[in-house]
Amino acid sequence: MINFILNDKLISTDSPQGMTLLDFVRYEKNLTGTKIGCREGDCGACTVLIGELTDGKMEYLSVTSCITPLGNVNGKHVVSIEGLNMSELTPVQQAMVDEAGTQCGFCTVGFVVSFSGLCLSNKAISYEDVISGIDGNICRCTGYKSIERAGERIYNNLKNKDLTNPVKWLVEQHFIPEYFASIPERIKKLEVSTKITEGKIIVGGGTDLYVQKHDEMEEAEINFVSNNKELKGIHIDGKFCTIGAAATVTELLESEELKKVFPNLRKHLKLISSTQIRNIGTIGGNFVNASPIGDLTVFFIALNSSVVLKNKANNERTILLKDLYKGYKNLDKNADEYISRLQFTITDSSTYFNFEKVSKRTHLDIASVNTGISIKIEENKITEINLSAGGVGPIPLYLKNTCVFLKGKTLEMKTITSAMEIIQTEIAPISDARGTEEYKRLLLRQLFFAHFLELFPATFKEEVIV
Amino acid sequence: MKNIDSRGHVRGESIYLDDIPELRGTLHGVAFDSTCAHGIIKNIDYSKAEKLAGVIKIITSKDIPGQNQIGGIFPDEELLAENEIHFWGQPILLIIAESQKIAFKARKLISITVDELPVIVDAREAKAQNKLVMPPRTFKLGEPKNKWKDCEFIFEGIANSNGQEHLYIETQGAYAVPMENDSIRLYSSTQGPTAVQRITAQVLGIPMHKIEVDVTRLGGGFGGKEDQATTWAVMAALGATLLNRPVKVSLHRMDDMRMTGKRHPYSSDYKIGLSKDLKILAYEATFYQNAGAAADLSPAIMERTLFHATNSYFVPNVEVTAYSCKTNLPPNTAFRGFGGPQGMYVIEAAIAHAAHELKISPREIQEKNLLQNGNEFPYGQIADQVEIGNTWKDAKSKFELEKLEKEVAIFNKENKHFKKGISLMPISFGISFTKTVMNHARALVHIYQDGSIGVSTGAVEMGQGVNTKMVQVAASVFSVNANKIKLETTNTTRVANTSPSAASATADLNGKALEIACNALVKRLIETASKHLGIAISDVKIQDEFVYNKNIKTEWDWKKLIETAFLDRVCLSENGHYATPIIHYNKEIEKGHPFAYHVYGTAITVVTVDCIRGRYEIDALKIVHDFGKSMNTIIDRGQVEGAAVQGIGWMTMEEIIYNAKGKLISNALSTYKIPDIYSVPKELLIEQLETQGHELAILKSKAVGEPPLMYGIGAYFAIQNAVKAFNPNYKLKFDAPFTPEKVLMGLYEKE
Repeated sequence: MINFILNDKLISTDSPQGMTLLDFVRYEKNLTGTKIGCREGDCGACTVLIGELTDGKMEYLSVTSCITPLGNVNGKHVVSIEGLNMSELTPVQQAMVDEAGTQCGFCTVGFVVSFSGLCLSNKAISYEDVISGIDGNICRCTGYKSIERAGERIYNNLKNKDLTNPVKWLVEQHFIPEYFASIPERIKKLEVSTKITEGKIIVGGGTDLYVQKHDEMEEAEINFVSNNKELKGIHIDGKFCTIGAAATVTELLESEELKKVFPNLRKHLKLISSTQIRNIGTIGGNFVNASPIGDLTVFFIALNSSVVLKNKANNERTILLKDLYKGYKNLDKNADEYISRLQFTITDSSTYFNFEKVSKRTHLDIASVNTGISIKIEENKITEINLSAGGVGPIPLYLKNTCVFLKGKTLEMKTITSAMEIIQTEIAPISDARGTEEYKRLLLRQLFFAHFLELFPATFKEEVIV
Repeated sequence: MKNIDSRGHVRGESIYLDDIPELRGTLHGVAFDSTCAHGIIKNIDYSKAEKLAGVIKIITSKDIPGQNQIGGIFPDEELLAENEIHFWGQPILLIIAESQKIAFKARKLISITVDELPVIVDAREAKAQNKLVMPPRTFKLGEPKNKWKDCEFIFEGIANSNGQEHLYIETQGAYAVPMENDSIRLYSSTQGPTAVQRITAQVLGIPMHKIEVDVTRLGGGFGGKEDQATTWAVMAALGATLLNRPVKVSLHRMDDMRMTGKRHPYSSDYKIGLSKDLKILAYEATFYQNAGAAADLSPAIMERTLFHATNSYFVPNVEVTAYSCKTNLPPNTAFRGFGGPQGMYVIEAAIAHAAHELKISPREIQEKNLLQNGNEFPYGQIADQVEIGNTWKDAKSKFELEKLEKEVAIFNKENKHFKKGISLMPISFGISFTKTVMNHARALVHIYQDGSIGVSTGAVEMGQGVNTKMVQVAASVFSVNANKIKLETTNTTRVANTSPSAASATADLNGKALEIACNALVKRLIETASKHLGIAISDVKIQDEFVYNKNIKTEWDWKKLIETAFLDRVCLSENGHYATPIIHYNKEIEKGHPFAYHVYGTAITVVTVDCIRGRYEIDALKIVHDFGKSMNTIIDRGQVEGAAVQGIGWMTMEEIIYNAKGKLISNALSTYKIPDIYSVPKELLIEQLETQGHELAILKSKAVGEPPLMYGIGAYFAIQNAVKAFNPNYKLKFDAPFTPEKVLMGLYEKE
């Protein structure tokens, strides 16, 4: 039995917790405003908001309900379009109407809900945020320009938002119905079982496991971990950073502490999926998914990170993330083990980090090739280096030979061109929907060069490889 | 006027197929489809599936009461494969179960053995084996064979364009409800209600009047639901007939992508000949259209390729031939532009090729050859009211083309790792169904006794705003407020024998029919007013919901007028019928006047290519478009923006991939990418060309659905120009889409 609030109504349901939130909302509750476009988180037509009570305040995030298990909304507030409608249009809806941001209308609700989620944010919102808030919504009719114009109106409408009590302000401005004000109290009163479910399949956000197999998952025995406090959190302790396996990409993206360590974090992480998926997808999920092209895996291998594996008896062992992968979808992890957290050493100011990714579509796409680098330079010599690459072998690769070669070399073009040849000897890409083998080889060469161009522009900006 | 559906759309209250409340006892249908592209069915075992709790019936081709035949133009496509399989994803069985989930589960329990046969996925290979949907067709003007000797420059080459998935966000679907006396009400997400009705009648072996097709709206169509919505509607109707219970078929996205056809891939040969002063003297092209496993609409699409083979140019000597090649892909079908874009892309490639070899800008050739009034198209129509030159001239001046070109050149000189490219793309697109007999429509108007008005037409609303335009037409003829008018669903019992909503002509055809109906009613109302008020008919006018006597407002308002007419037993209903005048076409000689008019425009595209990573961004798309006198600038602008971005998608990131066995690899949204908000042009400007509009366009407002898609073609050539600027060794290729992969390979191509 799980309890949550759906729009203005209390829900207590025995429906399978593995069922998608989409199926529950649309078919069990007949709230047909939430549409089905792809059932794999790639179109955003099914976007709803999930609100969670944190430090006495509601935090709302947009999610794709097609890959969100019902079990993950226990104790939360779920908002579909029906929960935003009032007799008059909200400023978000009005902006979409005024700018003709809707044509066939099928994707429209997803955009309205995503925009509304942004309005509910407790932080100040830039115009850039408004646009990135709909980066997971696909429209086939409008060409997006009218939706951009609607976004501009919404941005202007939010300029005077009162950040001390946003809900009150939003109710006054008719962005949201009045009942929102009562939600925190009602959430507090919800009886939510804190018992950890004992299913065989560990599910974090569901953003991988639910893709293309929501029907199987509905019947699976699931252990929901995304609310498990033990697996959450980002901590920096001196030179050591620990990130819980259930931390979401959005949590990484918004971590003030991480931002200090990685000034380009936002730029890098925005290349990963979409807002809706980043809001629920976890780092642990990305690691165990074992995709040869996992963005976060490649990112963290380049930081020489370790993962802590825990078993039922609470025994822990720590291994390097790069050693987790033994073969295609084959992990150095026993059946009763799960990833508890990620750890890495924070580098000093002479160490530089970069992440590169190229896909057919720059955003909300799976990489053709991705790569990460952390590199320490002392007196123009490479004294330490970790280099990773995805999409060029059966597992996310740590480019060991290249690293060995580069260590101790002078930071100059000659070094880079020699290393490029070594890279080609330790990768084995295959041709698939994301590109031919030949392309992936060339692309990794290019992205390797891009690392240096990004990190040391003064040295490399005049260089061209042929 | 805003789209009348907007309020419902933003509130999630608009009703699409899967939102219709289900009646008690509704069952769900899922197709079991082929997992190979060509072969003979040896055995199908569905015994386990049949026994699964909740499965009601497994329908096979043997259960079909009428003909197992759904071909729209030629009878060459079975609803459920009987013996031979022609494409991967071809429906073989229809599983009917109490829920869709159960039906999906049942599908996994079915096994099939097939004796596989050789698979053809390539159009040229099909042609080599003489596997054609129909005999080739050739359009000819002048005599290119004799002209080559006069040409100073001759260039030949190959141009390929890939297919395109429609990716309407609402997948295909239908809901059939059995009615009394063996009738069926069929809700369908279709652009062609009459096609659904006709084919369903054929498959069920019953007359058309037993089938009522009703369409509220589509969550996107783009041509994908012109002919291919029929399959699913027929399946739902078949299930409902056999089981006497309501049956819904609503496709899972991956089923939709796997089982339905797409825009036709084309491979084409071109030969272009120019004079010393860059006049195109002769042009030859052979188009190999990949039709897929059945004709579907391919013959008509192939025809439009020929009609648009010379795009916006006058070429005095033309010979273009097209082959519709039968392969083992799902039958390819209508997609916005309908073969036109594929034809236009090839002549643009030929021009780019010539310009590259001559080391000049393609625009010098484009500009010298633009159509003018009085020029003859290869199909015999004489161009009139030509606006291409005006849009070209305006684009150059309003968007300061020379300055843009200079900026690009400077940028490229100053930047090593980023290069910009610029291109111009003129378009001329003929409006009318090229099959003359399809150019007619009807509208049914009821004025109710309280003065409110109900309008039914054959137009299907799919986001293009046609319903809003219909309201505007009725409101303008009656001179009443738009809120007095309700647009009814598109329903075959109210408006029969309709042409599909397609060919950009929906608003023209249905709007003209509506205009005729409304005018007839106005005439009767004026007679009524004249009689009662004692005013001469010629002095009566209805304006802003009042009766006027020679421009003087009378006491009679609309309500009073209607009440009086009703009591006078005047007929307050009217059926208007419109058939486009002028047009004709003779296929025997391939000459005629197939189009009511043409739509013109010119686009400038500027892109930036990241020459390290092979990524690119569209900096700007600047368009001068011939709207005629736009009746709804908000809707029309939306059509231009949406179509142009769709065209850019086709030319850049949208890549359909089938493997050699005919299996679709780009089979989901995770592997087939359409533009997102970050991949559209950063700047998209649309200037309206000032013209008087065309008499054959509704309220002189020209058709706008398809033409702007072809602005997207400019993106290919702009990217190519940027690649050229980086890599002097780059060898020109015409192989759309220009994916980041092709860009990077091109950037680092060696001699």
